[in-house]
Amino acid sequence: MVSAPPAEVAAPRRVPGDRDTAGLGVARAIGFLAPGLLLIGLFLVFPALWTIYIGLTNYTLTGTTSTAPAFVGLDNFAEALDDALFGNALWLTLLFVIGSAVLGQNILGFALAWFLRGARVWLRRTVEAFVLLSWILPSVVVAYLWIAVLDRDGGTLGALLGSPGTAWLVEYPMASLIVFNTWRGTAFSMMLYSSALAAVPPSQLETARTMGASGWQTVRDVVFPHIRGHVLTNTLLISLWTANDFSPFLLTAGGPNHESETLPVFIYRQAISSGRLGYAAAISFLLLVVNLVVALVYLVLLRKRS
Amino acid sequence: MRRTVLLAAAMSTTLVLSGCLGQQQESDSGRNADAKDVELTITSNSVKGGKNDAGAKWIEDWVIPEFTKQQKDKGVNVKVKFDGVGVDDDEYKAKVALDFGTDIGGDIVELDGIWLGEFAQGGQIRPLEEIVGKDKVDAWDGWDQIPDAVQQVSTYEGKRYGIPQGTDGRVLFFNKKLFAKVGLPADWQPTSWDEITAAAVSLKSLPGVTPVQLNAGTAMTEATTMQGVLPLLVGTGSEIYADGKWQGDTDGVKSVLDFYQQVYRGKLADPLLAQEAKGRDRSFEEFAQNKIGILLESDYFWRSVIDPEDGVAKMADRDSAVGWAKIPAMAPGSGVDGQDFVSMSGGGLRVINPKTQYPQQAWELLQFMNSAEATKAYLDGTAQITQREDVNKEVLASDPMLSFIAEEILPITRFRPGIAEYPKVSTALQQATADVVAGKSAEDAAAAYKDALVKAVGEDAVAGG
Amino acid sequence: MSFRQTLRRTGYVAFMAAALAFFAVPMLWLASAPFDSDPGLGLRWPDWTLANWEATFSHPYALGSLVNSVVLCVVATAVTTVFATLAAYALSRVRIPGRDALLYLLLLLSSVVTGTAAMVPIFVMMFQLGLINSQYATGLVIAGGMLPAAIFILKDFIDSVPRSYEESARVFGASPTQVLLHVVLPVARPGIATILVWAFVQAWGNFLLPFLLLRDVDAQPAAVLLTTLKDEGGSANLNVIPVFSLLYAVPVVALYLFVSKRYGFRFHGGIKA
Repeated sequence: MVSAPPAEVAAPRRVPGDRDTAGLGVARAIGFLAPGLLLIGLFLVFPALWTIYIGLTNYTLTGTTSTAPAFVGLDNFAEALDDALFGNALWLTLLFVIGSAVLGQNILGFALAWFLRGARVWLRRTVEAFVLLSWILPSVVVAYLWIAVLDRDGGTLGALLGSPGTAWLVEYPMASLIVFNTWRGTAFSMMLYSSALAAVPPSQLETARTMGASGWQTVRDVVFPHIRGHVLTNTLLISLWTANDFSPFLLTAGGPNHESETLPVFIYRQAISSGRLGYAAAISFLLLVVNLVVALVYLVLLRKRS
Repeated sequence: MRRTVLLAAAMSTTLVLSGCLGQQQESDSGRNADAKDVELTITSNSVKGGKNDAGAKWIEDWVIPEFTKQQKDKGVNVKVKFDGVGVDDDEYKAKVALDFGTDIGGDIVELDGIWLGEFAQGGQIRPLEEIVGKDKVDAWDGWDQIPDAVQQVSTYEGKRYGIPQGTDGRVLFFNKKLFAKVGLPADWQPTSWDEITAAAVSLKSLPGVTPVQLNAGTAMTEATTMQGVLPLLVGTGSEIYADGKWQGDTDGVKSVLDFYQQVYRGKLADPLLAQEAKGRDRSFEEFAQNKIGILLESDYFWRSVIDPEDGVAKMADRDSAVGWAKIPAMAPGSGVDGQDFVSMSGGGLRVINPKTQYPQQAWELLQFMNSAEATKAYLDGTAQITQREDVNKEVLASDPMLSFIAEEILPITRFRPGIAEYPKVSTALQQATADVVAGKSAEDAAAAYKDALVKAVGEDAVAGG
Repeated sequence: MSFRQTLRRTGYVAFMAAALAFFAVPMLWLASAPFDSDPGLGLRWPDWTLANWEATFSHPYALGSLVNSVVLCVVATAVTTVFATLAAYALSRVRIPGRDALLYLLLLLSSVVTGTAAMVPIFVMMFQLGLINSQYATGLVIAGGMLPAAIFILKDFIDSVPRSYEESARVFGASPTQVLLHVVLPVARPGIATILVWAFVQAWGNFLLPFLLLRDVDAQPAAVLLTTLKDEGGSANLNVIPVFSLLYAVPVVALYLFVSKRYGFRFHGGIKA
């Protein structure tokens, strides 16, 4: 009953661990992929491409350009690059991603994972529970929670800092949003780093400790090389998610006066409030380009590791 | 390969289907006129338990059963469905716009008056006479009961597109208790903007009180324009749109922005309310807590916000503590048509979907919904200004505030232009007030406004200087 | 040395306390506002009452929408989890040409489709397919949007599951399907459970697609209904919103607790859980 080893996969064995150990074969593999790809093709690729096409027209929700839209080529893109509000949205999105994802969630997530390693079970469970709760609660609910914290009159933050009457969301909109999103998404990073740290050989950590290395040195020299790939994967995912995140709208509606209008909020405003779907679609494409740049940076860094 | 094939298929189908984005089908007005089994749907931005709950209840619990009964007596089996949602105006508009592009939209659709222009221009809705037939439309006796000015809400380029759905009026509400504390009269009626400022300055001496709430900023969207800019603008003698042109950085607009500067820079109003996402809701809360002295709003505020029983910001002593005054022109006689006092009114309308399968029956339903009996049932014992004068006379007698609106405000009020570009102009006006609140001078804000306006409607359509 | 240790200890405790407070304090609103007779947007000690609960339960659509949410999310989650597991396994074990590029491309496209601008294509496409007003179809659309990220995360997870088990199983003559079902799946359970919870949470909070594709207010899920909880004139109805938010949050929390207890909650596998 010994079946012959799979011969269909002729790929060179440069990358270890890439062997078709279960004898799937390309044909069956494609079979496994088919249902997912079908769904993706129909409900993701097709509408996405169509949206990109709409970005080349002047389609709007109402008016003459809704029943008879015209193909305008790259006009929408030209307008976007000229539009101060687009530049504003782009800059704010970068701030938001770097502040809350690349720095905020990453650092806090790692710190929590690192310090909880040796913690007592009850402490670990409690902290993890609250952190995960913040991630699981639906966006609309979380928005209300944070509006309560940042509220001008009855807000918790104002009470804690002894400075009631500060309208945090109006005076420091981006800072508030960055803190909010760090709170919101740290769970993912924490879980990821937690698992990654568990895979670091304990012997190396022991050696570092006996050699008197400080915590920081241990992280830098022993831990980081092991988890470098994970750091990049994590950062890529949370950056993409943050760049496309719509929650800022729920807290500040992009205000005051466009001061917290990140790209997803800007797109929403153009599509729904102004009805300019062609323009909004073009901006969506530009957002995709931004995502692409982020992904490419990640790929380059990943390549460098091997 | 597989991926490229998929891509090519997607692209070609895209090109084919994109044609589907802009299709329109005309409706033959006699279509299915004799049908015995009819299906109709009413679409409205109201939902039981949520926004416009009263409207939703009226449609589901009164209109539909009564109409079904009425039709049954004529031997027609009609099934009326209610397609209600209760979302923000912009989202409802998007939904309705998408519906018009397909044929699953309602047969009778409620629209906000300011959307009439853009939907009509796009051909997404059509004049009633085209859908139903001119004689049938003109034959309705209800038109006599709706004042010409109110009918403007549902008229575009001289043609009727639907039937107006109620209206309102704007006044200055003020807190009599706060007024008493600074020696202002309980029957206050300012005759110029300066008198408003003077009253506000007196109120400033009260601790913890914001003298005036004048809507500003982009967060409040249309509420800034309707309960802020436009009532002031008509007080300078010009409407926002006249003789084919929109007001650019004209004297009227500059005066309005100047007033905003005076009020906000002079600390007579709270700039934070103009900048917060939920500033309007908060301003209502604060007025109900006796923290705001004067508030410019429509009768909606009286009926639904500070109503002692069901209001969202109840005021138990509303009837004795809250007064109202007409909005004065900048100075006596400087308002539109030489008026001393001005106001703005809005309202919605109900149209018939051009793609309806049952145009004649839809017209019957529309007339039914706007009959005197139905309009009274809508009020269900509450008082509200309706589009029909006969009903107003009967129902409003018991409510002094609303009869005030019906008798004194409606005759002097103006409506927003039903032009397709209006929403863009409104956005530009909101941005101008936001600029002033943020610190720009009225001059600069007016200039920036003019630039935005030119970009939105074209140089030729802007009146300057 | 001892001083340094004390310092370290104190720092550690301070950090943990601060972190705990940071995450727990904002949730207090959910504990107080539902029971407050006059809830505001800010946090305050409530004036205890159960009136808000009464109002919510008697709301014509509130509880129904929670049921709708469950149906919708179960569909979306089941489809996502199953399809993503199959696809991730295949992509992890078999070197299909262009797979990496494909995965990244799909991940990027998913950002376009979850944005507002894709509203029209999705609506018109579903309309042409006659799938408006279908809970199942909407669930499938939601799944479609989540699949790339789910596959991405799961593939990473399955990559780190040691192949030795599969190899041994093959040596003993197991077919590939058996290998998947009986060898890989049990080891990969924590990762799959995580994706399951993640997918459910994403679907649970999805507003735009149900709003566009489900026309009847009876069929609306809680995410959409929450935005309609306004008063007559459109201002937020703070009597009902806190209670409803709490009810809305409960199922996802329950799911997380259940999954975490049974399978653990991890992103990378291997034998150490």
